[in-house]
Amino acid sequence: MHEMGIANSILEAVQKEARRYPHARARKVGVRIGELAAIDAEALRFCFEALSRDTDLDGLQLEIELCPRRHRCERCNCAFIVRDYDCRCPQCGNFARECVSGDELELAYVEVEEDEPSSLATKSSQ
Amino acid sequence: MSRVVLQQKVLSENDRIAAHLRERFQQNNVLCVNLISSPGSGKTTLLERTLEVLPHDARVAVLTGDIQTENDAARLKRFGFPVKQITTGGTCHLDARMIERHLEDWKLEDLDILFIENVGNLVCPSSYDLGEAAKVVILSVTEGEDKPLRYPSIFFKSELMVLSKTDLLPYVPFNLEEAEENARRVHPGMEIVRVSCQTRIGLSSWLKWLDGKRNAYLQLKAEPVA
Repeated sequence: MHEMGIANSILEAVQKEARRYPHARARKVGVRIGELAAIDAEALRFCFEALSRDTDLDGLQLEIELCPRRHRCERCNCAFIVRDYDCRCPQCGNFARECVSGDELELAYVEVEEDEPSSLATKSSQ
Repeated sequence: MSRVVLQQKVLSENDRIAAHLRERFQQNNVLCVNLISSPGSGKTTLLERTLEVLPHDARVAVLTGDIQTENDAARLKRFGFPVKQITTGGTCHLDARMIERHLEDWKLEDLDILFIENVGNLVCPSSYDLGEAAKVVILSVTEGEDKPLRYPSIFFKSELMVLSKTDLLPYVPFNLEEAEENARRVHPGMEIVRVSCQTRIGLSSWLKWLDGKRNAYLQLKAEPVA
């Protein structure tokens, strides 16, 4: 159960990014998780919501893109999704050892929304 | 709404420290091996058997991780090599910062091999790079043959699988060939050794792997950068 630490790292990265846009709010963060990354998406979502609640990032949406394991065939250069651990190239039948993706644990994007002038005014009057 | 593309690792801070550690290990010719398994698969015992056969002047050290207690460090210190316990206080894995902190008062130039015994867990340690040259996963014959399929990440990321407690094979329904086949389905070409730390059968194949790994590591370093 290390999803709490992972969720915390995602929120820290969003906070860091959000500082570059002082007049905007982060609304959504996209992460890419490979099937070999040993991350449980539901546990991550749970931790993410628990950690962001009642903070500046409360309500931030988490979008998770699950990435399958892909191998590339050394013989015919075909890249293919490995299903049920079957590493044989679907084109030429060669046993393809080269794994090209599937262990991602990456931040893909942050979506930010400009503050509306009225909300800016409210903030400055507080 | 505007989208800012990031394309960065979630654990970029850990990876940054790990890359720095890896560089220091390389500069000082230290082979760092990260041992990972479920709790009770025999990481500490494998290290005991390893340390007991090494010459007394071998330049070897161990960092051993656990959630609580100094028990593993006490077991390993008997052999006279530098050993330090990392107690994580609840965290289920070691991270690069813990390694960096616990290496502070050791001189890397005095070492040839650094063993890191991770916290017993097949899931979380696989996400954290510690700057090691190789991860080694240990699977004991009292666990299931399908463990590589159920926990693919760590078997995929480890260079070597040590099948441990093979002396118990007569008493447990464990099919060695099937376990090895499963490991190689997840990780084509994975190296595998079978070891009993009780009878010491197979221990030499583990030591041979370690020796070969160290030689390959030094050779790789000696090759000029293209």
